[in-house]
Amino acid sequence: MSPVPAHDFKDSRSPDFPTAALPLLQDAQLRNNLRHATGIIQGKRARVVGEMPDWQALREAGQRIRAHAHEYLDLYLEQFEDRCTAAGGHVHWARDAAEANLIVVQLAKHSTGKVIKIKSMTTEETGLNRALEAAGISPVETDLAELIVQLGHDKPSHIVVPALHKNRRQVRELFARTMNLPDLGDRPEDLAEAARLHLRRQFLSTPVAISGANFLIAETGGVCIVESEGNGRMCLTLPRTLISVAGIDKIIPRFQDLEVMLQLLPRSATGERMNPYNSVWTGVHPGDGPQEFHIVLLDNRRTEVLRDPEARETLHCIRCGACQNTCPVYRQTGGHAYGSVYAGPIGAILTPQLAMMERGQSLPYASSLCGACYEVCPVKINIPEILIHLRGRVVTGRPKALSALHPEAVVMRAMRWIFSNSTRFSMAQRVGRIAQRPWIRRSGWIERLPSVLGRWTRTRDLRPLPAQSFREWFHGRHESSAVLPQSSEPHHE
Amino acid sequence: MRISLFITCYNDTLFPEIGIAVVRVLERLGHTIDFPYAQTCCGQMHYNTGYQPEALPLVRRFVEVFRDSEVVCVPSSSCVTMMREHYEKIALASGDRSLQSEVAALLPRVYEFTEMLVHRLGVEDVGAVYPHRVTYHSSCHSLRNLHLGDVPIRLLRNVRGLELIPMEAGDLCCGFGGTFSIKNSAVSGAMLEEKLQYIKKTQAEVCTACDNSCLMHIGGALHRQRANMRTEHIATILASDSDSRVPSNGAR
Ligand code: SF4
Repeated sequence: MSPVPAHDFKDSRSPDFPTAALPLLQDAQLRNNLRHATGIIQGKRARVVGEMPDWQALREAGQRIRAHAHEYLDLYLEQFEDRCTAAGGHVHWARDAAEANLIVVQLAKHSTGKVIKIKSMTTEETGLNRALEAAGISPVETDLAELIVQLGHDKPSHIVVPALHKNRRQVRELFARTMNLPDLGDRPEDLAEAARLHLRRQFLSTPVAISGANFLIAETGGVCIVESEGNGRMCLTLPRTLISVAGIDKIIPRFQDLEVMLQLLPRSATGERMNPYNSVWTGVHPGDGPQEFHIVLLDNRRTEVLRDPEARETLHCIRCGACQNTCPVYRQTGGHAYGSVYAGPIGAILTPQLAMMERGQSLPYASSLCGACYEVCPVKINIPEILIHLRGRVVTGRPKALSALHPEAVVMRAMRWIFSNSTRFSMAQRVGRIAQRPWIRRSGWIERLPSVLGRWTRTRDLRPLPAQSFREWFHGRHESSAVLPQSSEPHHE
Repeated sequence: MRISLFITCYNDTLFPEIGIAVVRVLERLGHTIDFPYAQTCCGQMHYNTGYQPEALPLVRRFVEVFRDSEVVCVPSSSCVTMMREHYEKIALASGDRSLQSEVAALLPRVYEFTEMLVHRLGVEDVGAVYPHRVTYHSSCHSLRNLHLGDVPIRLLRNVRGLELIPMEAGDLCCGFGGTFSIKNSAVSGAMLEEKLQYIKKTQAEVCTACDNSCLMHIGGALHRQRANMRTEHIATILASDSDSRVPSNGAR
C-alpha cells in the first residue's frame, strides 16, 4: 500500500483562499448553481425551524449535550467501547488518518475487490478512497451526490450535499457519459432512476460496506446514521461486513440525547422535519444485518483541538451544513476555494485546527464576521469568535524571525503607535490629507490607489479625507486657540 | 444630560459630518456634548485581524478617557460590538483586576447612537425633516450583535417627508468586513455586487445605515458605477431639519 498523507483534509499544495477564490468567482455557472441550491435549502430550513416554538431551547440543549460529552470524552469513549464490544462489535482506535486507513484496508481485503460506501466526510478527511484504490479495492460511493463527485473525479464542495456545485444538466451529462446512457433525460426522476439501477447491482454483489457515523451512543454502544435516500440503509443491512469510521467527537452520552439531536440535525441540514431514514444499530444480531461490525474511532488531531479552550467548541459540530448555506462568502465561492473537505464557516475554523495551524492559515480570514453562521448553528457554535481567536493564533504562530517584519504586522504596530497618542493621531490625519492629494480625481474622489490599498479601489471609489477632522471642527467651535488640547492625555502613555 | 461622544477613529478622520450631525441631534434635544480629545480608536481593527495584544493599550485608553462619563454615545455599531463582545475578555486576559472592574462599570453606559436615542433617552421623533426616498441597510453588527431590531426604523419613520423603502434580503452582509475588504477584496466585491442588486432594486435616493464602514464600501461602489443613489449615515438624516442645509456625505 502506498503511503497516504496523514492530513489529507487540507491539500498542502492548495493555494490560499483569496487565490483559490479568483477562478471560482469567474465561473458564472458555478455561482448560479450555488445561489440556487443554497437558496432552496435555506428557505426549507427557515420554514421548518420557524415552526418550532422551542428552537432556541433545543439549540441550547444541543450545545449542552455536546459540551458535556466532550468534557468527559475519555469516559464516554470507553463506555462506548465496552458496550459496543459486549454487543459483538469490534472497536479500533486510530491516532491519525493513515492508521484509520490501514485498519480499514486490512479489514476490507477479503472483499471481492470492491466495497460500497455511505457518504462520509470523515473518510473524505482521511482520504480513504485513495488508500483503498492503492490496495486494489475499488470504493463505490452509493450516496447520489457522492456518486456524482466520484464519477466526475471531482471533490466534494459541501458537507451535506457534496455535489452542490453541479446542476441537473451537468449531472445528466455526467451520467450519460459514465453510465453509457445517451438518451437519459434530466428530470430528477430520470437521474434518480439511472443511479438506482447503477447502484442496485453494487448493493447485491458487494459483501463489505463502509460508513461514517452521525452519532456514537456511549450508553448503548450504538451507532446512528441519518440519510435521505435509503442507500445508507442498503449498505447497513445487505453486506456481510460493515466498517464504520467516526471521529471521536461524534459521541453523545445517552440514547435519549437523540431526541434533541434528531430534531436539530434534519431541520438544519436539509430542511426536513425528520430524515426519511434513521438507522441505529448496536453490535451484531444473528440472522439480521451484517454479521461482522467494526468501528474505527479516529482522533486525527481532535484531541489537539480540545486542548484550546477558546476553540474547542468547534468539535460540537454535527455537520449539518447550515452555516455553509447561509454564509455569504461560501455562497460566492463554493466549497472548493477552501481547499479542504470541510468548507464554509465550519471549514474555516476546523481545517486549520486539524492541520495544527500549519496549513489553512488564510481560512480564518475568509469571513466578513457577519455572524449569520452563528445564528443558524443548531449547537450554537460561536464561529465568529473562534475565527477571531484563530486569526490571533495565525499571527502569533508566524515564524519568529519573520513575524516582526511581516508587512501587516508592521502596519498594525504603526497604527497602534498612532492611536496611542491623540496628538500623533491628529498629526497622522494631517499627513494623510497631504499624502492623498495626487490620488484625488476630478470627481473629487479617489479612484485608484497603489499596492495593497489598490485592492479597495478595484471595485470601489474612496472619498478622500476631508479638509477638517471632527476633532478639529469640535475644537474650532469651542476654543479660540488653534492648537488641539493635549492636557487630557491619559497618564499611562 | 451630559453625553460624551466617542466619534471613532474612522468617523473622526473620514466622516466628520457624522459627528457634527450627532452633536446637532443631541443638542437639539437639549443635551450637552462632551468630546474628550484624548480619544482615538476602540481597537477593533487590531483585535479582529488577529493582533489581540495590540488592542489592549487601546482598550485601556478608552476606559481611561471615558471612565467618568455619564453616558458614552458611539455612532458605529461595529465599535460598540467590539466593546460589548470583547472588552471584558481582553481585560480578563490581561490579568489586570482594576481594568476588569472598570470595563464592567463603563460598558453599561456605552450606547450606539440610535440605541441611545430610543432606549436611553426615550426619543423616537427627533424632529427631523428629510424629504427623500430612503432605504435602510441593517449592518450585521447592528442586527446580530447589538440586536437593534427596528430601533433605527422607528427613528426613520418619524422623520418628516421621508419615504422609507424596505429592502429585500435585509439580513445579507454587504461584504465589507473590515480588513476582509482588502485581504479578500475579490470575494468582498462579489458580495457587494449581490447586495447592490437589492439596494438598487429599492430605487431609493439614499441608502442609510448605522455604520459608516458599510456605507463607505457601498457608497464607494455606487459612486464607481455612477449609480443614481448615494449613502448617508442615519445621524445625517436625523440631523436634517427644515431650516438647515442637509450636511452632505461628500462630493457626488
Ligand atoms: S458548525 Fe454548526 S451550522 Fe456549521 S455544520 Fe457544524 S453544526 Fe452545522
